[in-house]
Amino acid sequence: MEDRVLVVGGGAAGMEVAGRLARSGYKVTLTEKESLTGGHIRNWFHLFPDRRDSLEVLSYLENQVDHGNITLLTSTDVEGIETRHGSFLARTADDREIEADAVVLATGFDLFRSERKEEYGYGIYDNVISSADLEIMFRKGEIRRHDGEIPQKIGFVHCVGSRDEKVGNVYCSKLCCVAAVKQAMEVREYLKDAKVFCFYMDIRMGGALYEELYRESQEKYGVNYIRGKVSEIAENINGRLIVKVEDTLAGRPLKMELDMLVLMAGMEMSEGGRKIAEYAGLKTGENRFFAPADHHFGSNRGNLRGVFYAGTCTAPMNITESISHARAAAADVIEYLSNGRR
Amino acid sequence: MKAEGKKRVWADYQKDIADDHFFYVRSCIRQTFFPGSEQFFLHLMRKVLGKDVLENPSHTSCTGIGYHSDIVPLRTIMAVVARHFALMKESGYKNIAISCVTSFGIYTEILETWKHFPRELEQTREDLFKATGREFDIPENVAHTSDIIFKFRDEIAQKAKYRLVNRDTGKPLRGVEHIGCHYAKMFPKHGVGGAEFPRVLSGMIESWGGEIVDYPERRHCCGFGFRQYLVQANRGYSLSNTAKKFESMKPFRPDFVLTNCPGCNMFMDKWQYTIKEMDGTVYGEKGESIPILTYEELAGLVMGYNPWDLGLQLHMVQSEPLFRKMGIEFNPDDKYKTKDGRQMPVPQNLINS
Repeated sequence: MEDRVLVVGGGAAGMEVAGRLARSGYKVTLTEKESLTGGHIRNWFHLFPDRRDSLEVLSYLENQVDHGNITLLTSTDVEGIETRHGSFLARTADDREIEADAVVLATGFDLFRSERKEEYGYGIYDNVISSADLEIMFRKGEIRRHDGEIPQKIGFVHCVGSRDEKVGNVYCSKLCCVAAVKQAMEVREYLKDAKVFCFYMDIRMGGALYEELYRESQEKYGVNYIRGKVSEIAENINGRLIVKVEDTLAGRPLKMELDMLVLMAGMEMSEGGRKIAEYAGLKTGENRFFAPADHHFGSNRGNLRGVFYAGTCTAPMNITESISHARAAAADVIEYLSNGRR
Repeated sequence: MKAEGKKRVWADYQKDIADDHFFYVRSCIRQTFFPGSEQFFLHLMRKVLGKDVLENPSHTSCTGIGYHSDIVPLRTIMAVVARHFALMKESGYKNIAISCVTSFGIYTEILETWKHFPRELEQTREDLFKATGREFDIPENVAHTSDIIFKFRDEIAQKAKYRLVNRDTGKPLRGVEHIGCHYAKMFPKHGVGGAEFPRVLSGMIESWGGEIVDYPERRHCCGFGFRQYLVQANRGYSLSNTAKKFESMKPFRPDFVLTNCPGCNMFMDKWQYTIKEMDGTVYGEKGESIPILTYEELAGLVMGYNPWDLGLQLHMVQSEPLFRKMGIEFNPDDKYKTKDGRQMPVPQNLINS
């Protein structure tokens, strides 16, 4: 079998689909724009819902791509795809060409740039951090304010860049709620005396064991949940954060002083995916992710025959869903190539 | 606090501000309560910077206060604004320079309305023509006069006689910048620096040697709010909003407040007097209140103009503490004299005097 498949994106979905296709006998070229594979998982510490170390998942994925049929090209940024005589030609940012008989786009997501929510002051106020920044602190084993002090009152803001018409993202990123729950519990484990508050619009616990985790965070960890959207953040003269929020259950505005605030950044179509979509004329949805050919039966296919989608380039997904979606993409590719590219 | 973060925000809100040939429209409040500001703007633009600025005596109130009090309907105010644009067209100008933040909000709101609802624009053209026989063009450039001073802030700095630096300590003076809500909160894209971390006034303060006070209630309303003060029963609410802002900025020990809105300037100035009269509270140091300045007044001070020619004596909170910190030479005996030297009545109970 000489069919060649190009997989663009070396995160969870890309690695999984590459491994599946390689083991099925296809020659796979896996490209990753960064110098290392693993995508966002590499920046995460513990994963929900079972608090597994992300390195375990990374190790599993690295084993998947450790195969003789896979050519791994890191630091390779695919910018566009063209069709040529029934095959595909991918162009990279450094003017290389990669030929393939089928393409799987696993270009993933970008974290919402929290500084776009100007009222939260990310990148301006020293102790406003993002959920990704907090994971780095977890990995280092040290949660500190910018001035080196140990924070005692920490807040989490849900839906930063999600369900927010003002920034053009009306969709739910699905995972920020459970990530906040997990992070709030971990903060309480590191800082036994700290008070932790989560500011939410709705708590969306749509995955297996998520609701149990949410309950545990309240019963065992004493995390406080306040239903209301944070309106603005400022700094007082002591460098403490002043957070204004409406408690919509109590029906009153709140003003709180916090030592640190964590913004639960949502997920957006990756810049890399956007560029390829524009270049190749691939349809995107209202949420700007790749639009699947059919939401029920064709979530791995788009409007260009022979191009398949895997993982979060189509919608926010957790790692479990990304891997399942990648396996489905592999099945679609195998069917396409074994049926004479139909 | 990271200055780089603010610069990144400012980069997203760059505004195209015309360089010359302005059709100037005055503010009802400013020409009444602190007329020196508008007078100095015209002097600065024409005589110092050599710009062409036209005033048309047929210009009227924009009726914004009436509009915000539900007295003037939208269709009427659109016709009033269209008439101003017609005066501009007839005078051969394409760049409008708006002195008042309420008016600036009215103009931008109406222009956005016409952009999104072209039928309203056609209706307004019809209304204006039927009523006055006039026709108008959409301005090529719409700037608030604080935008224009911001644009020329470095030229002003080059001509400065004084800096916003404490003469005794050598340290930068601390300035609170307060933009009017209708300057950028309705349409952040129309304000220099946007609405959350506006640059229009902070840019002037920094160019002229001062530093910015970033305090928790920086974004809060000054207390002006049309419905808060127009309805007499609500004035306590207006006062409490002003008090909230001053309580919040007090620990940062600001030397002055800089505003670009007539209402903000008036209320932050006069309510300080009221609060002091009510319970003796003052928000400045050494028992003094905090001077509230317009951007023209501050520009005039750093350029070495006589404070009394700028009209600073017309505020309720007097600015002498700031003059002393900056090392400005002034003659207190001339404070209430006319230009030809006649003594005017001296107001009682001024603060900081």
